[in-house]
Amino acid sequence: MSVDIATVRRIAGLARIAITEEEAERLSPELGNILDWIEQLGEVDTAGVEPMTAVIPNRLRLRDDVVTDGGIRESVLANAPQAEHGFFTVPKVIE
Amino acid sequence: MTDLTDLGIRDIRDGVRAGTFSAREVAEAFTAAVAAAKPLNAFLVETPEHALAAADAADAARAAGEAPGPLAGVPIGMKDLFCTKGVPSTAASHILEGFTPEYESTVSQKLWDAGAGMLGKLNMDQFAMGSSNETSYFGNVVSPWRRADGGNAPLAPGGSSGGSSAAVAARIAPGATGTDTGGSIRQPAAFTGISGIKPTYGRCSRWGVVAFASSLDQAGPMARDVRDCAIMLEAMAGFDPKDATSLDLEVPRWEAGLNASLKGKRVGIPKEYRVDNMPAEIDALWQRGIDWLRDAGAEVVEVSLPHTRYALPAYYIIAPAEASSNLARYDGVRYGLRDLPDGANLQEMYARTRAEGFGDEVKRRILIGTYVLSAGFYDAYYTQAQKVRTLIARDFERAWERCDVLLTPTAPSAAFALGEKSDPLAMYLNDVFTVPSSLAGLPAMSVPGGVDTGGLPLGLQIIGKPLDEQGVLDAALAIEERAGFVARPGRWW
Repeated sequence: MSVDIATVRRIAGLARIAITEEEAERLSPELGNILDWIEQLGEVDTAGVEPMTAVIPNRLRLRDDVVTDGGIRESVLANAPQAEHGFFTVPKVIE
Repeated sequence: MTDLTDLGIRDIRDGVRAGTFSAREVAEAFTAAVAAAKPLNAFLVETPEHALAAADAADAARAAGEAPGPLAGVPIGMKDLFCTKGVPSTAASHILEGFTPEYESTVSQKLWDAGAGMLGKLNMDQFAMGSSNETSYFGNVVSPWRRADGGNAPLAPGGSSGGSSAAVAARIAPGATGTDTGGSIRQPAAFTGISGIKPTYGRCSRWGVVAFASSLDQAGPMARDVRDCAIMLEAMAGFDPKDATSLDLEVPRWEAGLNASLKGKRVGIPKEYRVDNMPAEIDALWQRGIDWLRDAGAEVVEVSLPHTRYALPAYYIIAPAEASSNLARYDGVRYGLRDLPDGANLQEMYARTRAEGFGDEVKRRILIGTYVLSAGFYDAYYTQAQKVRTLIARDFERAWERCDVLLTPTAPSAAFALGEKSDPLAMYLNDVFTVPSSLAGLPAMSVPGGVDTGGLPLGLQIIGKPLDEQGVLDAALAIEERAGFVARPGRWW
């Protein structure tokens, strides 16, 4: 399974990772090799087999619908690369 | 007086309780050993003040006649995947460099509540993705072991919990936390001649542990022997309402339950684990393990796990898929690195931050994960892999009709040299024996079995039924008692 440069660029775009032309050229055969290898799963007959959803049977719990935390704005923002007026800040997204 | 750093968890705990030595003396001995072991690069952050404070608390409690905590006076190393309040936690990545959590992971909190102290944060493969420690942004850990042939090639401590394995093997920590997604506790334990157990999925809370592949990630202890692992696991395990997949079960008293007699037990030998090109030494070790378990009273039976060869490719779809989703959170907005060139917009900021902040292997896995989850490919890859996972789990269920535990080698070779495996696929094959039990969520443990002709440790793996950590620990103990493994790395650092 070959992964061409255009596909590498498209996937990197979806993953929000900037890549250079050289990186795309290097990744193309690398990802192709890995995908070639995982292709062998196609030969397993899985007709009628349910996909795994939980390795250990465990019932999802419900808890009471009450507030369990909050009031920790400073803690939430403490590691932000940039925070102003109690908010995370990012480059302008609306003109 | 004995060198306190030669003691394991049990001996330290008991010695502090008996007053043979103080917790302070123990903490001082280990913090000094950590400070003197910089060439190993095992610790990313040293926290002697944490270890000493916990020790002083243990000594004060003893002086006041209070009942000691289960780990009172025991200093440990903490893998950097665990968030620790006020102490930088990076998962050995650039993108989390400078991140100082405002909270404490459940597992680390449980250890502190039990009386343990922290020697520091341990180096690892970046985001736990790797089998050699070479993907750490902060330089690889160097194994304390050297080949006996006089060659001084620096060896891999295994991965991803390579700082943990190196620290315990070098006697600069009596025990350490690890995490295991596809073998990240067991393979480094095998490479460094120590013990390590991955419990049943859901035993240890994942809350506060930097996520890699959430349906596989499990924390566990790495220590010098089986008993020490049992002691530490008891302190780490337990129900946590903050983790939706945490098991609401009481924590068994594994240490008290240890029993190396395997009379009436059946040990399965999965024939599919006899892979092509397996080194003769690994095969011979496996045979010795079979003889030891038979000597302990077990009946040995051959079993078949027919889908074994599909476990690795299934894992390398499922784990990257989950990783690509989990690691989407690193966007330069809420924490960690931000790369914002002049004039860049928000999308460019995301892409630049992630390009700058993730290492090559992490990017590779995010890209594979993104690819297999992308429109048009999802069913062919991800759904098919999850179906194969069901078949792999079913193989184990059938095996449990015929046996109580399985015995296999932990890894297909002894430790390799740093830089020796440059092809990602060759590196992935290291996990061939550990990944199937991860996919099935089963408890599994590596215990030292002997050394190869180069004098390097080799490990044996015990895999157990869901929730049967006791059966795993017992069989591992039976091996430990018969293997007589006393080899240790000579100090060169």
